[in-house]
Amino acid sequence: MNLKERIIEGLLFLCAAVCVLTTVGIIAVLLFQTIEFFSEVPFSDFITDTQWTPLFADKHFGILPLLTGTLLTTLVALIIAIPLGLSIAIYLSEYASKQLRGYIKPMLEILASVPTVVYGFFALTVVTPLLQHIIPGLAGFNAISPGIVMGIMIVPFVSSLSEDAMYAVPNSMREASFALGASKFQTALKVIVPAASSGIMVSVILGFSRAVGETMIVALAAGQQPRLTLDPRVPIETITNYIVQVSMGDVPRASLEYKTIFAAGLTLFVITFVLNNISYFIRKKYRAQYE
Amino acid sequence: MNNERAKTLKDNIFKGWAIFATSVGMIMLAVLLIKIGMDGLHRISLDFFTALPSRKFEKAGILTAWAGTLWIMVTTALFAIPIGVGAGLYLEEYAKKSRWSSMLEINISNLAGVPSIIYGLLGLEVFVRFLHLGESILSGSLTLALLIMPIVIVSTREAIKTVPNTLREASYALGASKWQTVWMQVLPASAGGIMTGIILALSRAIGETAPLIVVGALTYVPFVPKSVFSSFTVLPIQIYNWASRPEAGFAVNAAAAIIVLMSITFLMNGSAVYLRNRWQKNVRW
Amino acid sequence: MIAEMKKPEEQEVSLGKKEGEEKFSEISSEMPKLLNHKEEKSMNKVQAKNVHCWYGDFHVLRDINMEIKQNTVTALIGPSGCGKSTFLRTFNRMNDLIEGFKLEGEVLIDNKDIFAKDVRVNELRKKVGMVFQKPNPFPKTIFENVAYGLRVNGVTHKKFIEETVERSLRQAALWDEVKDKLNKNALSLSGGQQQRLCIARAIAVEPSVVLMDEPASALDPISSAKIEDLIWELKPKYTILIVTHNMQQAARVSDKTAFFYLGDLVEYDDTKTIFTNPKKEQTQNYITGRFG
Repeated sequence: MNLKERIIEGLLFLCAAVCVLTTVGIIAVLLFQTIEFFSEVPFSDFITDTQWTPLFADKHFGILPLLTGTLLTTLVALIIAIPLGLSIAIYLSEYASKQLRGYIKPMLEILASVPTVVYGFFALTVVTPLLQHIIPGLAGFNAISPGIVMGIMIVPFVSSLSEDAMYAVPNSMREASFALGASKFQTALKVIVPAASSGIMVSVILGFSRAVGETMIVALAAGQQPRLTLDPRVPIETITNYIVQVSMGDVPRASLEYKTIFAAGLTLFVITFVLNNISYFIRKKYRAQYE
Repeated sequence: MNNERAKTLKDNIFKGWAIFATSVGMIMLAVLLIKIGMDGLHRISLDFFTALPSRKFEKAGILTAWAGTLWIMVTTALFAIPIGVGAGLYLEEYAKKSRWSSMLEINISNLAGVPSIIYGLLGLEVFVRFLHLGESILSGSLTLALLIMPIVIVSTREAIKTVPNTLREASYALGASKWQTVWMQVLPASAGGIMTGIILALSRAIGETAPLIVVGALTYVPFVPKSVFSSFTVLPIQIYNWASRPEAGFAVNAAAAIIVLMSITFLMNGSAVYLRNRWQKNVRW
Repeated sequence: MIAEMKKPEEQEVSLGKKEGEEKFSEISSEMPKLLNHKEEKSMNKVQAKNVHCWYGDFHVLRDINMEIKQNTVTALIGPSGCGKSTFLRTFNRMNDLIEGFKLEGEVLIDNKDIFAKDVRVNELRKKVGMVFQKPNPFPKTIFENVAYGLRVNGVTHKKFIEETVERSLRQAALWDEVKDKLNKNALSLSGGQQQRLCIARAIAVEPSVVLMDEPASALDPISSAKIEDLIWELKPKYTILIVTHNMQQAARVSDKTAFFYLGDLVEYDDTKTIFTNPKKEQTQNYITGRFG
């Protein structure tokens, strides 16, 4: 009987170990192929070259154009998501009745559950044509349109996490502020938001990380032209988009082109890994605050 | 007095802005639904579900795509559910608070934040190439299983946390072993919450495109998968493929396929929400 | 336990009290059995020798010595945090589930150290039943609640289970109230019924010792009185230890009373003596309500 219990515990342990193996696997796979990549391409080229053209005859391996493309779409997304998300969070936590919260929160959950390829289709067929009427010189593929749609996609992440943080602020703080004659808005801005700032930071960082790794929206609406630019109106290419582009084609295995997607993938992984860990440690710290 | 009026005004302005902010998402969702409805609804017919993909948009259907999605969903569930629930059980019921368990915790939170396309790269190297499973349903579903594992684990743990300790004590006090307690008391008592998490995770898996493109799901598959070793396509990839073609006719097909895909995900999310509410109502220790 | 699946006939015998004791305490219990019945009745069923307990660095029980006779009711009283619940939970080793718990000294049941290496905790808990402060039925049917202890101990014989369930419910004075709804969820019962169900569940595995941790504290006075009656009725078959905050209850139901204060066993004597003529001033102060 003891043996049976031990076997079961062992099996369950193995299940948990799968998670560790996944992490180890991801890092090993990315590192292994990236090291091979750097045996052919100097690291200095990778970080200083301003062109990324591994699929052309005149090959250049500078990650910068992909990085700026990624950051450009992410930036547009955050410009949309932060003000909207935080306003919703303040509204839900400080103004809305319990009943209204009960309606709005599931609605936001629906937004979060729409497959990203659908958002991509929407950006390409609705938002871009619309923006072309407003912004002169906007190309059919660009960074603004997918950025905006991505921003709206991550609004639920930002709003729900920051609302949780605001909701956790003790009521005594609100009462103290109201007792001094402050309005709801003043209380929210001067008491609640600062008190919940670490939680809000977490929500923004996670939204950031989410946008950096988002693939299908940019794959459909941003174009496939790696370009070192900060102009959001022209076609660009993000890291994720490049990986999809290579995967859709028939690049021979073990070729240098094949290894580029792992080098690009590792770059992406490092960015999201750092962001996620920052948010994890902030969260750990702020959880302790009110407990 | 003026000061007071300014305060109220600011309050009201913010309220108006916040209501606008809340509705932006809803408006977009509404526009999206209307757009795909207008574009795609007339394209939906029995033929659309039973036709093979074609280079002519008016003939193309989603037979292989939805069959692939079904295969992927079932096989992904077969891997993700036992391992995810098992890992959740281990962390909640067995693991002692130690450096190892807090490391596992950071690990899972990290995995949840890894972009899905990275899982694709993992699956490509490990399942497709190293284990020689090829660009098959098996490779795709193993990749997706790893991708949704953190969701399953986290929701399993949340559900198990709601089981009161008095239940475990009562079971132990009758001489039940640890596994008997877990299997006969803890799991049934948290089944509703675990199921909710599993459905949400699977609905996420169904909408995933990028990792499957990377592991080599094809865009043109002229046959229905016969086994887990068949090559395959899925609905989102079919949509991506159609949406990225210049001809307007394929955009119509994409919209129609989106209607199918979104119906499935909404149905799954809806049943998850229903299950969650029912389960929460039934819990009354 | 699964491994020792038995035929039902055997099971029935082995669950019988004397056989059960024999199996559990091996040779040590053979000796008193040779003595006459009266002697056997007065033997020490449960014993604590120099027991110390810690939660981490916190010393919760200090040098407890206590002998409890078979088929008696012993009340453990004292203010909150005095260690009486911890003490109660040493007898079925429920404290083992708490991280950082440590015990020194000896706890004997039927003259056998229950913390000895060869003791299987599951076997021990089958022999030492427990009823908790808050009624904690499983979210299953009434029938399955009572049958659970049998099932986890490997009993599969349907008829035997049915009979045991009925007998246990009758012993717990619940049968007449639930016999028509055995397949209803146990959570649909009232608090008092739930607690009697928990008692039925505990005695279904035929323990010889029953531990009760404030079994009536969460109940209304009428339900509480029913539990007290039940304790009286169970006494001839079981050795009962009960933790209570209620002085009157202790006085009503118990033969012996132990007063704990800040981890010490201050006084242990016949209940009558404790409540009418305590030897220690602390006891006097507590039972007259001057503190605690």
